[in-house]
Amino acid sequence: MLQNRFGRLAATALAGSMLMGAAACGGGEEPATSASPTGGATSAAPAGGTTKVGLAYDIGGRGDQSFNDAAAAGLDKAKTELGLAETKELEAGSGETEAAKEERLRLLAQGGFNPIIAVGFAYSGPMKKVATEFPEVKFAIVDDEAAAGPNISNLVFAEHEGSFLVGAAAALKSKKNHVGFVGGVEVPLIKKFEAGFVAGAKAVKSDIKVDVKYLTQPPDFAGFNDPAKGKTAAEGMFDAGADVVYHAAGGSGGGVFEAAKAAQGWGIGVDSDQAKTAAEGVRDVILTSMIKKVDVAVFDFLKSASTGAPKAGTTVYDLKAGGVDYSTTGGHVDDIKTQLDEYKQKVISGEISVPKEVS
Amino acid sequence: MKPAESSFADRLLGRVRPSGLLSLSAPLLAIVFAGVITSIILLVSGDPPLETLGVMADYGTQPRSMVLILNSATTYYLAAIAVAIGFRMNLFNIGVDGQYRLAALIAAAVGGAVALPAPLHIALIIFVAMLVGAGWASIAGLLKVKRGVSEVISTIMLNAIATALGAWLLHKDRLAVEVAGSNNIGTRPIPESGQVPGMAIIPGTETKVFGLIVLAVVVGVVYHVLLNRTRFGFDLRATGRSESAAVASGVNVKKMVLIAMVLSGAAAGLIGMPQLLGASHSYGLDFPTGLGFTGIAIALLGRNHPVGIAFGALLWAFLDTSSSILQIEEIAPEIVQIMQGTIVLSVIIAYELVHRYQIAAGQRRVSKELAGGTPPRVEGASA
Repeated sequence: MLQNRFGRLAATALAGSMLMGAAACGGGEEPATSASPTGGATSAAPAGGTTKVGLAYDIGGRGDQSFNDAAAAGLDKAKTELGLAETKELEAGSGETEAAKEERLRLLAQGGFNPIIAVGFAYSGPMKKVATEFPEVKFAIVDDEAAAGPNISNLVFAEHEGSFLVGAAAALKSKKNHVGFVGGVEVPLIKKFEAGFVAGAKAVKSDIKVDVKYLTQPPDFAGFNDPAKGKTAAEGMFDAGADVVYHAAGGSGGGVFEAAKAAQGWGIGVDSDQAKTAAEGVRDVILTSMIKKVDVAVFDFLKSASTGAPKAGTTVYDLKAGGVDYSTTGGHVDDIKTQLDEYKQKVISGEISVPKEVS
Repeated sequence: MKPAESSFADRLLGRVRPSGLLSLSAPLLAIVFAGVITSIILLVSGDPPLETLGVMADYGTQPRSMVLILNSATTYYLAAIAVAIGFRMNLFNIGVDGQYRLAALIAAAVGGAVALPAPLHIALIIFVAMLVGAGWASIAGLLKVKRGVSEVISTIMLNAIATALGAWLLHKDRLAVEVAGSNNIGTRPIPESGQVPGMAIIPGTETKVFGLIVLAVVVGVVYHVLLNRTRFGFDLRATGRSESAAVASGVNVKKMVLIAMVLSGAAAGLIGMPQLLGASHSYGLDFPTGLGFTGIAIALLGRNHPVGIAFGALLWAFLDTSSSILQIEEIAPEIVQIMQGTIVLSVIIAYELVHRYQIAAGQRRVSKELAGGTPPRVEGASA
């Protein structure tokens, strides 16, 4: 009986303290409510100096040494050069739904951030919805054309054109008439890289052998961040007789370069000028890199947004616009530069049409 | 009743429960415990705990957020029930993740390929999903009863196989179509007759709650009735508690293992349905993954009890939903994961503490009564 009574007392005391705890929490809410801006009270068109920029990443976020970092670089440049008042970067959680992405964009819009940039195609559906809710806010999405709207700028890249040039470079440099392509994850986006690379190599030597390997299949996106897998795949290609391997595999590329170094072959980088950004030891095996200037696209958009009028709809960053290119760091392609520039001109003039899809 | 003989696993999975008021004190203790630890972590990382919780509570009570929480919780609830069915039977179905992903993909493809009147169309999609989930889980069940393969190992491996199979199926030549202008790829969208409209039941927002929240409630009720009010449920619980005792009382344990696995898989097949039929209408590259593992945590949190799991799912959904607002307020969103982990651990520890307290209290009472000369109240025939 005594124990029972004690138990009841303890339970009552606990419940009481919980209630008080809850009440304390309730009290704490008040200042937060008034502090956090609610509603879409962001009607004023922003000018430089007062601009608050919101950036929503997909999984990985700032620090992925690849695609997201390129967007972050564009934001950083804009921050110093345009004098942005405030920037806010939000990251996605793993395995989240579209609703969570939608909410992320909405929170930014409600928080008075304008313009707002979403990095990655997964924001397509969510952006379309949120952009209609906040017609005053300027939105931009990288790598997606499906989300169309009067206040959405779609920043897309002609990855296949850039890949065409490095494909040509690979074929020109290959002594064994055999090159390779390592894709991170087998998704349509990375297939564009493959299509361009194969077309470029075949444009130089129609009988060239191109090995293709993808590291993982969706929904397993580990292939973008698994150097060991990249190394194994590239080793297989070098062993089979390839002497130049191009990777479009994000963080897995480091492994490809290691394999290239061990096999005394060439590696080709992607997204940024990897002869400058890769690990020191492997920089000298990087023949060239296919540069995808996400930073330029982000900066351009922010610059035009700060003057008030970003272009809605699709902006294609292709070879012509300088959105994609090949890099010359290290001087390894100096001897074939004239030929590459010829191809570049042909692509720009439309004489060569690079396929987007693997045939 | 001899609670002292229960194993830690029995208590962990909620097969043995503390009685009376003590059963109330365990969850309270857990919440206090988790609150204290989270506060310490927040203090260490330089954020004020009360204000952080205030921001989260403030955001979580807005009508929009409440809808988001309910929607996430619906999915989490189904995931946790799928796991709990196995747990009650001593089966660790780690493969819920693969089961629901494969089920959602194939159900989405079937739903996009046929045209039927609305109720039939929805029923067909849900039926296909349950069938695929059950079928995939039955592989692990058969391996266990026929070859004695641990279901933990086989379901983990089947998860990896489901990933590969899903990737193979989600291809232009097979079940998928390209989304114009997008880098996404998905199954053909399910026509309107196969979609479940949302319900605007939360006042103050136009965002709709998944219509299939009803399905989650039904599944919860069925789970409860099946386990507690049927012969089958009794056999299942008995087998979970003591296999040898179950065999002695005439239960066909192998059959029970297989049935429990199939039921768990069928429930797993439902996990993707609220999202598929209520929001995305297509299975694409961006379909949520990893829900099976969330389900394991929530089943533990809810002690495999249908109502406990509902609270667990809501709590989990609330924490997940608030991660965005934390980022806006410059608080590391990782705090959410820390909270979730702490809460699960706290619940396990709190129940264990309460359980031990209960045994010690019982022993003290017996010794006191013995010392006082009154015969101890002992149940059963202990002369």
